[in-house]
Amino acid sequence: MGMTMSQKILAKKAGLDSVAPGQLINADVDMVLGNDITTPVAIDEFEKYGFDSVYSKTGISIVLDHFVPNKDIKAAQLSKRCREFAGKYGIEHFFDVGRMGIEHALLPEQGIVAPGELIVGADSHTCTYGALGAFSTGFGSTDMAAAMATGKCWFKVPSAIRFNLTGKPGRWVSGKDVILHIIGIIGVDGALYKSMEFGGEGLGNLSMDDRLTIANMAIEAGAKNGIFEVDEVTLAYEKGRVDRPFEIYAPDPDAVYDAVYDIDLSAIRPTVSFPHLPENTRTIDEVGEVRIDQVVIGSCTNGRMSDLAAAAEILRGRRVADGVRCIVIPGTQQIYKEAMEAGYLSDFIEAGCAVSTPTCGPCLGGYMGILAEGERCVATTNRNFVGRMGHVKSEVYLASPAVAAASAVAGKIAGPDSL
Amino acid sequence: MKATGTVHKYGDNIDTDVIIPARCLNISDRGELASHCMEDIDAEFVKKVRPGDMIVGGWNFGCGSSREHAPMVIKENGVSCVIAKTFARIFYRNAINIGLPILECEQASDAIQNGDRVEVDFDTGVIRNLTREESYTAAPFPAFIKEIIDADGLLNSIRRRMGK
Repeated sequence: MGMTMSQKILAKKAGLDSVAPGQLINADVDMVLGNDITTPVAIDEFEKYGFDSVYSKTGISIVLDHFVPNKDIKAAQLSKRCREFAGKYGIEHFFDVGRMGIEHALLPEQGIVAPGELIVGADSHTCTYGALGAFSTGFGSTDMAAAMATGKCWFKVPSAIRFNLTGKPGRWVSGKDVILHIIGIIGVDGALYKSMEFGGEGLGNLSMDDRLTIANMAIEAGAKNGIFEVDEVTLAYEKGRVDRPFEIYAPDPDAVYDAVYDIDLSAIRPTVSFPHLPENTRTIDEVGEVRIDQVVIGSCTNGRMSDLAAAAEILRGRRVADGVRCIVIPGTQQIYKEAMEAGYLSDFIEAGCAVSTPTCGPCLGGYMGILAEGERCVATTNRNFVGRMGHVKSEVYLASPAVAAASAVAGKIAGPDSL
Repeated sequence: MKATGTVHKYGDNIDTDVIIPARCLNISDRGELASHCMEDIDAEFVKKVRPGDMIVGGWNFGCGSSREHAPMVIKENGVSCVIAKTFARIFYRNAINIGLPILECEQASDAIQNGDRVEVDFDTGVIRNLTREESYTAAPFPAFIKEIIDADGLLNSIRRRMGK
């Protein structure tokens, strides 16, 4: 029986000729990731069980991004614990304030993850790196402790859903709209335990930033991982970032899928997820009149250069509506600098936005943009659960950077074409 | 191994943000962290939960973030088992890795009501509803996963395998 891309990578890393869905395997990992929330719990477990060495100094990344720059004393303690652990074990990829970025924007940018690799991370959005053609998935802190100690991780081999992309997205339609559209079709558990595999003739019409956004939100459909076929766009992205050899996998022609969807990119409209689940999608044409209090543009989903470019194009020469706070958060230090050099940060500030150093902050209701009772936010983030960004009676509407920026100007949910 | 307790029942898509909100994730003390379990959807949960009690959910229990704090605070509150129609996959592996038994059983999730007394036999997967005098059967764990649960978690099982 043919294998999917994900199955082929898992088989290789488990030292097996083939694997089948449902099979439980132990596989060698290429990269283990943790952040300032999940790593301290992993360190607790690592030490409690008496481990005293890590499998690799270069095969572990610890990124302080959720509550940094430290939001309070408790968060400062968590960061300190990560910093001391990284120092003690000589963790090469340790990113502190001033060097850090939001982990899933940072690792691909820095070439720390590459096609064909097996990446595990104590953060659910670790699935982002599937955009590169890697098998990449989120796990927990105990998993992280085990993987740091042994370089291995247990997996149940997933079956897959195949998405064949055709056509070219229209103006103002981005990767965010594509993934919200798909989650709207299959639901928040539509890919539970499965891989979401993307390919097809329309793939070349999606930039790497679009793909990173799509793979990032595979978890929002319950998927174990999202994975893209490798093409010229991938290779161009990796050029100059990754100098180690990497393997390119493609699905077998006779790979078996649980379901196959044909997605015509040209038919997708700007899409918004209404509270309180990402599957509650409406096209921009169906949103009606929804007044808003805040806009957040950033996060591991949409804090990359093309996201800021789209927002800047809309906000340039316009003003954020009275009564609306617009917070823009570049994903990494490098993106921050590039956005500054491109003049985007000036565009944002002149429009009346707050521009922040990289942080996950508001996305998970940590800090830097918490909502009060009854407030509504249009966010380029990934979850709109009850209380996600603050008060349990606040609301988050998920959208692309273009829709978020247009909404900031309009004071209500709006598409760029309506301005 | 068996457990008996009173059921606290919730709906579909119970996400990790409501199990333990991110605003609490700066807390290192596990007892203090556990006092916030489920507070955004059931402020009374931590007051009424007793050792051995069970949580029953619907589809996709534990969806959202990878935070292991979610199964951790459930276990810390003395919950002996979570039963749901399906679990989000990271929650599923986190629960197993920390030794919190979880069972997938659609029939049990539909039939069991809030406040029912339930007995679970983890070796057979049989779930007995003592209140309604019914029983349901979940698939028992595969040997690979049972070894982790029997060792009270992943790291113990790894230590055992390493002969330490």
